[in-house]
Amino acid sequence: MDRLYMKSKDRAQYAVEGLYKDLERRIVSSPAGQCPVDMAAAFLRMCHAQSCGKCVPCRVGLGQLQNMLEDILSMDTNVDLSILNRLEKTAKAIKDSADCAIGIEAAKMILRGLEGFRDDYESHILNHFCADNIIDKRQSVPCRGGCPAGVDIPGYTALVHAGRYDDAVKLIRKDNPFPTVCALICEHPCEAKCRRNIIDAPVNIRAIKRFAVDNCSDVVSIPEKMDDTGKRIAVIGGGPSGLSAAYFLAIMGHKVTVFEKRSQLGGMLRYGIPSYRLPRERLQWDIDAIAATGIEFKTDYDVKSDEAVKEIKENYDAMFISIGSHNHRNLGIPGEFAKGVIPAVEMLRGIGDDAMPDFNGKSVVVIGGGNVAMDVARTAKRLGASESIIVYRRRRDDMTALPEEIEGAIAEGCQLFQLKAPSEIIVNKNGNVKGLYVQPQIAGEADKSGRPRPVDADQPREKIMCDIIISAIGQATDLEFFETYGIPVFKGNVKTERSSVVDRVQGIYAGGDCVTGPSTVINAVAAGKVAAANIDAYLGYNHEITVDIDIPNPIVEDKKARGRIELKERYASERGGDFGEVELPMTREESLAECSRCLRCDECGFGSFRGGRIEKW
Amino acid sequence: MVNLKIDGQNISVPEGTTILEAATKVGIKIPHLCYLKDINEIGACRVCLVEKVGMDKLVTACNTAVEEGMEILTNSSRVRQTRRINVELILSDHDCKCVQCVKSGNCTLQKIANDLGIIDLPYENIADVNRWDFNLPLIREASKCVKCMRCVQICEKVQGMNVWDITGSGYRTSIGIANNKKITEADCALCGQCITHCPVGALRERDDRDVLREVLADPDKITMVQIAPAIRTAWGEGIGLSKTESTTGKLVSALRRIGFDYIFDTTYSADLTIMEEGSEFVERFTHKDQYSWPMFTSCCPGWIRFVKTQYPKYVKNLSTAKSPQQMFGAMSKTYIAQKLGVDPDKIFSVSIMPCVAKKYEKGVIAVDDTGHGKDVDLVLTTRELVRMIRADNIQPSDLKEEEFDPIFGEGSGAGVIFGATGGVMEAALRSAYYLVTGENPEPDSFKSIRGMDGWKEATFEIKGLKVRVAIASGLGNTRKLMEAIDKGEVKYDFVEIMACPGGCVGGGGQPTQDGCEFAEERGQILYGLDKFADRRFSHENKAVQLTYEEYLGNPNSHRAHELLHTDLEHWELDMIK
Repeated sequence: MDRLYMKSKDRAQYAVEGLYKDLERRIVSSPAGQCPVDMAAAFLRMCHAQSCGKCVPCRVGLGQLQNMLEDILSMDTNVDLSILNRLEKTAKAIKDSADCAIGIEAAKMILRGLEGFRDDYESHILNHFCADNIIDKRQSVPCRGGCPAGVDIPGYTALVHAGRYDDAVKLIRKDNPFPTVCALICEHPCEAKCRRNIIDAPVNIRAIKRFAVDNCSDVVSIPEKMDDTGKRIAVIGGGPSGLSAAYFLAIMGHKVTVFEKRSQLGGMLRYGIPSYRLPRERLQWDIDAIAATGIEFKTDYDVKSDEAVKEIKENYDAMFISIGSHNHRNLGIPGEFAKGVIPAVEMLRGIGDDAMPDFNGKSVVVIGGGNVAMDVARTAKRLGASESIIVYRRRRDDMTALPEEIEGAIAEGCQLFQLKAPSEIIVNKNGNVKGLYVQPQIAGEADKSGRPRPVDADQPREKIMCDIIISAIGQATDLEFFETYGIPVFKGNVKTERSSVVDRVQGIYAGGDCVTGPSTVINAVAAGKVAAANIDAYLGYNHEITVDIDIPNPIVEDKKARGRIELKERYASERGGDFGEVELPMTREESLAECSRCLRCDECGFGSFRGGRIEKW
Repeated sequence: MVNLKIDGQNISVPEGTTILEAATKVGIKIPHLCYLKDINEIGACRVCLVEKVGMDKLVTACNTAVEEGMEILTNSSRVRQTRRINVELILSDHDCKCVQCVKSGNCTLQKIANDLGIIDLPYENIADVNRWDFNLPLIREASKCVKCMRCVQICEKVQGMNVWDITGSGYRTSIGIANNKKITEADCALCGQCITHCPVGALRERDDRDVLREVLADPDKITMVQIAPAIRTAWGEGIGLSKTESTTGKLVSALRRIGFDYIFDTTYSADLTIMEEGSEFVERFTHKDQYSWPMFTSCCPGWIRFVKTQYPKYVKNLSTAKSPQQMFGAMSKTYIAQKLGVDPDKIFSVSIMPCVAKKYEKGVIAVDDTGHGKDVDLVLTTRELVRMIRADNIQPSDLKEEEFDPIFGEGSGAGVIFGATGGVMEAALRSAYYLVTGENPEPDSFKSIRGMDGWKEATFEIKGLKVRVAIASGLGNTRKLMEAIDKGEVKYDFVEIMACPGGCVGGGGQPTQDGCEFAEERGQILYGLDKFADRRFSHENKAVQLTYEEYLGNPNSHRAHELLHTDLEHWELDMIK
């Protein structure tokens, strides 16, 4: 008689686990705008199916919750609002009495829903339809819905597939004048809910865009400018947000002047992102197209007093503030003013104007876990640092940097010290950095966002010896003169409405990092687009931005599961020592394969009924 | 050109052609339910499925463009099986009580299911529950809705009203009123275009035949019916009469068989409308500074509802003349009663209209002026008329040519063309010319404003005066025109608006045939009737002349104002009265 057996799975269990995987991918790409009560009912049904059946609250209670939800949702039954009370009481009883997480967490989901979309519950009971607030939340094309600027992704994917790269660039520019920048460094929120995920994995949208800008003509003409309106608009700050607003406003026929503090345009694209990710000539290509609209640029123009703000406001019909978020935050630990402690923004700013610091043979510690931290760590390596150590107080999984950036840094030889909170900078008697004390951390309870809070571990602090410390723990917005002038400030940033308006009477708008705090380029572009539309309307116009490009029909073929094609990179050992671009372009063969993975949600499903293509804005 | 093979036939069609269109070209029929050319090409019902050889997934023929070398099978075993199941699924979400449905016999779903020979259904029925006030002129039976989205599309794309919208999501997706409103709050014009484009019986007019049946049985009631110009172009469609067979004379015969005491023609009051509205226009035009411009026609209640909700500041620009229906109603219980020597309180005034909004119009309190109950007691659509004829088993072959009752069956060609877009304008211009110059123009002088264009304009010179006119039909076109007027981009003196594309001939109360638009063809019939009419000017209508001579005095006289004009500002928008 055998005492133990190796665990094995039978066919049914394999199949069910496969289905769970399918469901996971499906949940990732959940379409927006679905009835929340109906979704809650569906989730609950699955939770109930997971019950082992031992305990009453879970086995019976979850079923009774379902019955109540069904009564609320059904057109045939008339229930009154008191059912919500019973639903809540029952869910609370299950939460408090179920024996394991299967029941407890299922009941908690219902309670969270009762809090989060109670008006929807009530609307179903009273009117037999969903509440007003979900109307028009439906996104027929998930990628375009996920893109803050609303770029027509299926459209340009079809154009790239057809080899019409110039048209693809023109189509992108309808919503975003930075096709190259976004092709190279966009965080691609468009991919998050890509419906292709239901089949296998999201389409590599950024790679497709990259293929368009890598293969288009040297010059892709910009749209014809509309009739001159005689209106003058001041844009303060020549970063992605300011330049986007300026581009669209110029096309609309307005006279736009961009005031830029630094000697060159691009804002954080030039002064924040290293050239191995965004080569300067690629950035310049986008800026050249934007400049071709006839925008006036005043570089090295620092708006450094409230009087200066006032003067600009008085001389222009509208103003867009897009000054970015360029100030560093203090570390707040002893020794932080020692020689050799450099804020990341300052280092990158210098590099933007070709002032390369000398890190040859030096040991560099980078504090932070965002993309900027990865950027400076990798840059330090390229500048000859013997060691580049990233110190982060949480876990790698909690880093805000993109996973590929973290992987890139590690591949190039950067070291990652997780769960180490900097506590003191060790300074030698000359006032130079000698090292860093860090306090080991342990991942604690989750905060509101779900990220575990780091707490001090019961371990002694550790010493990391180094010559340079770069702090990359976030940025602040320099609003001093704007605030004096009267611009409202909230939590250190400009306070605006969703329309990007700051002061509707005076025509002052703001957008980009100076409103959101440090964010992504595509968010900045979107803010510029929104501001352009609303400034145009403020000035009494309704200029519509559109482009006359016919989109190829979808190809009639089966969409079978197949691999997503990833962009390749130069070998870490080779690229780590120079500032040449890390990423390698796709081949035509790869681009065709990846484009054909697109499900063309613009032409099928809800997209063929409504909202498949937004031709103008 | 693109070469492909459908069911073994090689064909060559232009790029961009759909598989459905390509198949139709070679005589291959592919069943389809939700598809409506240019309006609804969304592949929702999945009935028009075909197999592309080499592909696992079946494709929808209605919205898939042909590709070079494509090989299509429209009846492969997979197509047969899948199409059948999809139809069975649609039926499981549909109230299949065909015998109780107005659409039976003319229902696309019924035809598809019958053709497939579906006898019993393997699925549980999950049809929606009806939650609708069945007293409204426009009725939606949720239990019959197949969610094809045509109503949403026609209301949005053609009429630009966005009354309907998709509601809910997932399993509970249905059609409701946009923005969670009630139909009575949704600014619905009651044009009925959603009804005429519904492939099943989910949308219909309120059927008022029961009321008529009772009145016909009441010996104390005198039933008087008027028939709108557009009826004569379409009534025969529903009972199997061809265009040439379905004459106005046979229609009169059918109405007499049904039992109406007096059968008259709305064309008479259309001519009356021209006298009033034409005179009003001449008065306004010769005192231009006292009025707001342009002047708008006011005979279409869909348009009245539209302007009152969408452009209320233009209500004062509307002609105060009542519509032909209401003028007839007003005369029926006054002058006509007097002429016939009957008690006006006994008269039950019925109108047969190609229109759903007319059911609303007759209910407006402010429109009644005779003091003998409602000026118009009951409005039936052309479709209800057809149902009456069929219910009485009146055989089309038995119908003889019969005359209207004297004398209010007389109408001019000008009155007849009221039923087509541009017709009211043309009729008005013919008489306005006479009123200004004292002589008749060539009747066809204004024919350039005929035709199906959604927004037409022309300038005519009458005695040295330039009159700028415009005509729009369909509320989407109307909105474009109103926007242009409002922005000052266009300037007109006189504008005719009809809520339905093509005018009343394409009205929401007309018989339908799925996928066919008949407005143009029916309009041609009216222009043909006008061409061969004895009299082609409203002012030459003998009954109209007599009406003024014996009763009203002159157009726009005090009495004419009392009975034939209305204050549209006071019209309420309630749908049920």
